[in-house]
Amino acid sequence: MSAAPLSEIGGGAGWLPEASSFAPRVDRVFDGLLAASAGMALFLTVLTLVILVRYRRGSAASRKAVRIATWKIETAWIVATTAVFLFFFVQGTSVYLEMRRIPAGIEAINVVGRQWMWDVRYPGGRREFNRLHVRLNTPVRLLLSSEDVIHSFFVPAFRLKQDLVPGKVVEAWFDPTRAGTYMLYCAQYCGTAHAEMTGTVVVLAPDQFAAWEGGRDGGAESGSPGLAGAARGSAIFQKYGCAQCHGDAAGSRAPRLAGVYRGPVRLADGRFVLADDQFLHDAILRAPKCAVAGYAMTMPTYDGVIPEGDVLDLISYIKALPPAPASQVP
Amino acid sequence: MTSAEPASAPSPYSDAAQRDVANHLGMWTLIATEILFFGGLFLAYCVYRGAYPAAFSAGSHRLDFWSGTVNTAVLLTSSLFMALGDAMIRVGRRRGLQVCVTLTAGLGVLFLAIKFSEYREMYAEHLVPGIRYGAAGPPQMQLFLFLYFVMTALHAVHMLVGIGLLGWLLTLNRRGRLSRDRRAPVSMVGLYWHFVDCVWVFLYPLLYLIPR
Amino acid sequence: MPPLNPPAPPSRGYLSDGTTVASWLCTRDHKRIALLYLFTITFFFLIGASAAALMRWELTRPNGDLMTSDTYNRLFTLHGVVMVWFFLIPSIPAVLGNFVLPLAIGARDVAFPRLNLASWYIFVCGGLIALYAIVVGGVDTGWTFYTPYSSTYSNSNVMVMATGIFVAGFSSIATGLNFIVTVHKLRAPGLTWFRLPLFVWAIYATSIILVLATPVLAITLALMALERGFGVGIFDPKLGGDPLLFQHLFWFYSHPAVYIMILPGMGVVSELVSCFSRKKIFGYKVMAFSILSIAGLGFLVWGHHMFVSSQSVYAGVVFSLLSFLVSVPSAIKVFNWIATLHRGSITFGTPLLYALGFLALFTIGGLTGIFLATLAVDVHLHDTYFVIAHFHYIMVGGGVMAYMGGIHYWWPKISGRMFPEGWARFSAVTIFVGFNLTFFPQFLLGYLGMPRRYHIYPAEFQTLNVISSAGAAVLAVGYLVPLCYLTWSFFHGKDAGPNPWNATGLEWQTPSPPPSHNFEQTPVVTRPPYDYPPL
Repeated sequence: MSAAPLSEIGGGAGWLPEASSFAPRVDRVFDGLLAASAGMALFLTVLTLVILVRYRRGSAASRKAVRIATWKIETAWIVATTAVFLFFFVQGTSVYLEMRRIPAGIEAINVVGRQWMWDVRYPGGRREFNRLHVRLNTPVRLLLSSEDVIHSFFVPAFRLKQDLVPGKVVEAWFDPTRAGTYMLYCAQYCGTAHAEMTGTVVVLAPDQFAAWEGGRDGGAESGSPGLAGAARGSAIFQKYGCAQCHGDAAGSRAPRLAGVYRGPVRLADGRFVLADDQFLHDAILRAPKCAVAGYAMTMPTYDGVIPEGDVLDLISYIKALPPAPASQVP
Repeated sequence: MTSAEPASAPSPYSDAAQRDVANHLGMWTLIATEILFFGGLFLAYCVYRGAYPAAFSAGSHRLDFWSGTVNTAVLLTSSLFMALGDAMIRVGRRRGLQVCVTLTAGLGVLFLAIKFSEYREMYAEHLVPGIRYGAAGPPQMQLFLFLYFVMTALHAVHMLVGIGLLGWLLTLNRRGRLSRDRRAPVSMVGLYWHFVDCVWVFLYPLLYLIPR
Repeated sequence: MPPLNPPAPPSRGYLSDGTTVASWLCTRDHKRIALLYLFTITFFFLIGASAAALMRWELTRPNGDLMTSDTYNRLFTLHGVVMVWFFLIPSIPAVLGNFVLPLAIGARDVAFPRLNLASWYIFVCGGLIALYAIVVGGVDTGWTFYTPYSSTYSNSNVMVMATGIFVAGFSSIATGLNFIVTVHKLRAPGLTWFRLPLFVWAIYATSIILVLATPVLAITLALMALERGFGVGIFDPKLGGDPLLFQHLFWFYSHPAVYIMILPGMGVVSELVSCFSRKKIFGYKVMAFSILSIAGLGFLVWGHHMFVSSQSVYAGVVFSLLSFLVSVPSAIKVFNWIATLHRGSITFGTPLLYALGFLALFTIGGLTGIFLATLAVDVHLHDTYFVIAHFHYIMVGGGVMAYMGGIHYWWPKISGRMFPEGWARFSAVTIFVGFNLTFFPQFLLGYLGMPRRYHIYPAEFQTLNVISSAGAAVLAVGYLVPLCYLTWSFFHGKDAGPNPWNATGLEWQTPSPPPSHNFEQTPVVTRPPYDYPPL
């Protein structure tokens, strides 16, 4: 399951490309740390060696006590050390906050991790395994979920890592700034073939990306996003009996789904929540946790019944539903 | 003492008073570890109660409120007798101590009996997750019941140990090894007993009262 | 003409007090219990090291063809579990702490001698259960047992291994409890807190961590095992459980656990640096407070193992800040040790070589810890070989070097004999060289992106891996040689006399080896610690 000729992947030993927008920032912080650490280590080494030689037993050096008060020395190096550490803390935190601030308005690519492969689903409905194609200089938002155990999406060239936790949908983003093919690793031990759960991320220039998007198989159709996924989702909607309560003919037994995506939903406990991907995901799999106000909670729990991939297709289907006329929205 | 033991097995203490003080500190340290031991469970409980209040409430309603309440009264009374026993031996009343410790242990046994009958009833009602579970209700109710069993069972194990320690006290007393000036074992066991009681004082409202 | 009555061999103190097996297995003497622990943990060290040797051999090739993935996964789990719980955690406290602590405070024994012996039996019990788990096939979850892999998906002997660790945990708690009461209540007259050697401070602080953190591990493993056995989830997301709760509970113990593994080493290093500079420790009170702050702050930083786990951004920021703060006292200690050497009168006995090795390697390990505390950088380095290198620098470059230094330093007191200095120095240098060869390349591998727990890797990483494995071979030699000469010297070494290093400290005021009751007369302390004459 691992991509075979890894040595031609960008970044031979001794050099790791900076292939995302925050990679250079991470590297500058790293370099700063390296300089400070190496400097400190070198300084302490030389100092210690000098002391060891100078003050070895029998040498003529003066052993008189140092004249500066001990508390002054201690205070000085406590303050200095703390100051240097806080400097790096601030640097690291500021870059980190940028890494965690997901830019708005980007289509999301769903990545489902399962033992021991990466299942990538694009907004256009296309699906790939162990490979992610993205367009150069275009921010990418990833919705990461796991079907079984904890995995971790790790692309060293992007300085990107995010755990995939079962039961959650986790967001991550990056902006690829350098064309090429980069290694993708699973970085959280997940069982037997953990070391083989690798893949590649292919960053293509815009014309090549358009060629990839429009070509080949995968059932991709240009046009409205999520179409293939939505088509699959429609069949799944029938298969698991969702239509019986949520379909048009069901009356007011269950909330209407048209136009629900990214809109406000009033829960039974009075809270308003945003019906985003995570909410829809939870509402499908663990409905009692997301009981909606004004309806009796009779939806069964589909956790362990509907596989992760099907859930994503259902969500695509829901997103693709034409919005209901205003008077019908609950 | 077998002949194979080394000739000198010295006590590290210079006198009994030092040994008693050390024993007390040891008991307090043990209690500190126990607090952390139960603490992990309490944390897990609080986290999930925050996430699933309705399911936890449903679970709590399936518990036998009166068993829990009676047990609380039983345990508090047992602690009262333990404290009385400690007061008895302070003035050298060994008979009094014997009676009080016996009552304490007896109430402890009663606590365990009530708990056991509670468990048995829950088993009959299919409320034991992982062993016999089939109750209707939100799925997270299983979480509540699982935590209930783990926490009360761990508490019950500590109770058993406590009853054993009380039995040891009774034996010591009957052999004349306790007196007004030699009563450190009583206060140490008392400390342990009160701690186990204290844990229950937190468990009871958490499991039986608040979610209702 | 040969003398008719050859002089009697010098008394072997506690060693001669009973020579049957039963006299050892039923002993209440803290010194004998220390040797029981020494024997046991050395056995476990060899098992853990064998696993490492096999792993490094496998890693010389990128294709993972020497063993199956399952085997490799079980090997690294075995290595972690055995080395952490059955070697490092007991090493200095249960061996050197048990032997030296009562002597260092002028006591006859620890506060609860029978509990001490019980703690060894409990440890052996836990160890046997863990061995059984290994023999019947091992565990493949990693020493961190993350759920839901460990609680639901793994097909290995998780429950047995978890039971072994659970049982061994009680041994830790008993030891810690014993030491706390001993230090509080059994100090010799005049031995106030600020006259205590720093080794005692370190053991004391470690004992507090042992007593407060280990119960949380016990309950966490118990819950994980219960989930596995009964299929009821508190960590299983399918039932609404939270895998992250396991991580929080696990690391709440396991981060303080790393301080259990390093603080005693820091205590030992203070003794060694002071003795071999003939000078009191620079900044004694600051050193003592640093030990306490490391122990205290160490409880507040566990989330730095979870920066990319999907915990909240705010949690990440808080844990990062606290992690920087906990590094400050460690840095201060390094400065103070160097300042102690300054204007001292230094000899280069083997214990000092190990202490100097500690200084170098712990400093590198600590500095790389700063990389990992830095949020943005940790995102890249987490779960890579950089982390492996970091913690091996601290635990092996720091902890094990300090352990070896302490063993050599107190060996004359323990055995009454001296070890051969030439071989000892050779080993110390070999360990230092082998260690750096093994683990420095791993920093580079980690930065370049090689993840942990991988035995199949991109071919471009092979060179660094081969260097690392070669270093491991050198390191192995460095560890095996002391095993030989220390054993030999126990029976045939030169007599040491009560104080071969001319050190301060109450343990040197009694014969080597000490009698069972330690001191003929309880010492009375009137002088500060490290009371070396002016140079």
